[in-house]
Amino acid sequence: MKAGIVLFPGTNRERDMAQALRLVSGREPVMLWHRDTALPSLDLVVLPGGFSFGDYLRSGAMGAHSPIMREVRAFAEAGGHVLGVCNGFQILTEAQLLPGALLRNASMRFLSQDCHLKVENNISPYTRGWSKGDVFRAPMAHGDGNYNAAPDVLDRLEGEGRVAFRYAEANGAVDAVDPALNPNGSMQAIAGILSENGRICGLMPHPENLVDPDLGATDGVPLFKGLVESLVA
Amino acid sequence: MKVRVNVMLKEGVLDPQGKAIGHALDVLGFHGLGEVRMGKVIEIEVPAQKSQDEAASLGEAMARELLANLVIEDFTVEVLS
Repeated sequence: MKAGIVLFPGTNRERDMAQALRLVSGREPVMLWHRDTALPSLDLVVLPGGFSFGDYLRSGAMGAHSPIMREVRAFAEAGGHVLGVCNGFQILTEAQLLPGALLRNASMRFLSQDCHLKVENNISPYTRGWSKGDVFRAPMAHGDGNYNAAPDVLDRLEGEGRVAFRYAEANGAVDAVDPALNPNGSMQAIAGILSENGRICGLMPHPENLVDPDLGATDGVPLFKGLVESLVA
Repeated sequence: MKVRVNVMLKEGVLDPQGKAIGHALDVLGFHGLGEVRMGKVIEIEVPAQKSQDEAASLGEAMARELLANLVIEDFTVEVLS
């Protein structure tokens, strides 16, 4: 699996992402600069976490207009796979490659903690490594993760099985109005969504930070394994 | 010539910053306030030779493309001469 990771000024999770991709796919990802105007031949483009352009105006708003995003859009429109984590998810929504928007956490607090995610769809390349209903642990670290979308957009996401991950308790319980279970206040406790063709995925938490047994857990591995299986086959 | 773009969260979109400001105002003794909403104001110098209408439509185009996220925000444009 040939993966490329896009760096914007203010991106800071690219190395974690590179390590996860390296560990699971056995291949070195290439680093891409936001001002690049062409993509090399790739199976996967990743927009990693961080604070692109200092979160000025709105998180992800500036990054969504960087020159490379024209290429990322063309890549996605041609059926390419794009993963956005944290700030990468914000950029994907700002670029309208995924629907909805990520608002300030309902608590007004930057949340740096572990959370549990329930897998709601297990047929996309990003989620096929799990079974539907599985729960895994993932670190999260964001100030703007409160997923919002218009009611008709939410209905479509739910109806088409495009909610990939929901915030949950370790036992799988979901309660969108309980701040302990839905820490940032996201509508319907949505933590991650998929595009219509299932090839673009955005999520706020960081599965790439739990892939190395030396760090105590490998909960995030199925995401990357599923991608490798989908994209190398 | 300047255009001023005012960006506000759409009605119905939760505004935790506005809420926190309302709470702080109450603590300061400003009781009985209703809802507090917070937005952004962006002022942009535009080429002087533009007409009022041209400046307004320029402001609107910039708001649509970058300054406001229409999923969650509304905007208004004022032309300041």
